[in-house]
Amino acid sequence: MSEHHVDNTGSKFGMWLFLYSELMLFGGLFVLYAAYYYQYTTFFISGGKQLDLFLGTMNTVILLLSSFTVACSIEAMRKNSKKLVLLLLGLTVFFGILFLCNKYIEWNHKFQHGIYPGSAYMEQSAKGLVIFFGLYFTMTGLHALHLLIGLIVIGVCFFLCWSDRINAKDFITLDNSGLYWHLIDVIWIFLFPLFYLIL
Amino acid sequence: MENTSHEHTLSYKGLSFILFLLLVLTGITVAISRVDLGIFRIWAALAIASLKAAFVLLFFMHIIQAGKRVTITFITTILILAMFIGFTFFDIAYR
Repeated sequence: MSEHHVDNTGSKFGMWLFLYSELMLFGGLFVLYAAYYYQYTTFFISGGKQLDLFLGTMNTVILLLSSFTVACSIEAMRKNSKKLVLLLLGLTVFFGILFLCNKYIEWNHKFQHGIYPGSAYMEQSAKGLVIFFGLYFTMTGLHALHLLIGLIVIGVCFFLCWSDRINAKDFITLDNSGLYWHLIDVIWIFLFPLFYLIL
Repeated sequence: MENTSHEHTLSYKGLSFILFLLLVLTGITVAISRVDLGIFRIWAALAIASLKAAFVLLFFMHIIQAGKRVTITFITTILILAMFIGFTFFDIAYR
C-alpha cells in the first residue's frame, strides 16, 4: 500500500461535527413537534393511539440490537477477528433491512386506511390530526432515509473489511460509520416515545 | 484484557450488559405509558429516552474516549438545542 497521511483524530472530530448538524436537523423537527403538541394535545393523543405500538416497539428492539452488533464489530476489529467483524456487520445490515420492512408494513397499513398527507380522508380530518400525521410521516420518513443511507455505509464497510482495506491497523472508516449508525439509533430512541407512547 | 488498543472500551460482556439495560428501559417506558401519570407521562418518557441516549453515547459511541474536544462541543450543541427549545416555549406559553 502506498504511504498516505492518516489523521484519525481529525477524521473522528469531523464526523462528530457532522453528527451535530444532524442533531440540529432533527432538533428543529422536535421543536415543531413540541410546539404543536402544546397546541393540539388531544389530537396528538388520538393520533398516537392509531399507531401500531407492537411494530414501534419491535423496531426499537431491532435498532438497539443493530447498535449492539455495530459496537461489537468495532471491538472485534480491535481484536483482529475479521470473520466476526463480517458476521456482525452482516447482522447489522439484516437488522436494518428488518426495520425498513416493518416500516413498510406500518406505512402500507396507514395508506390503506387513507392516512397519508393530502389524502381525501386527511382533508376531512381535524387540523391537529393532520399536523400529527404530517409530522409522523416527515420525521419517521427522514429517519428511515437516514437508515437507508446508514445501510449503504455499513454495506460498504462490509466489503472494505472483506477486502482488507479496513483492517485492525486502520479502521477509522468503520469507527465513523458506526457513529453514524448509533446516531440513527439515538434519534429513534426519542421518536419512539413521542409518536408511539403518547397515549 | 487482550485489548490491543490504547483506548479503553467495553468488552463484549460489557456491551451485552448495556444492551440488556437498554432493552429493560424500553420495556419500562412502554409499561409506564400504560399508567395514567397525567402531564408527567411525557416527562417520564423523555427522561427514560434521555437515559437510553446517554447509554448509547457513553458506551456504544465512546464519547468520553473521543476526547475533551468532542465532549465540550457535544455539550455545547445540546445547550444550543435546549436554548432553541426553551425560547420557542417562552414565545408559545406567554403569547
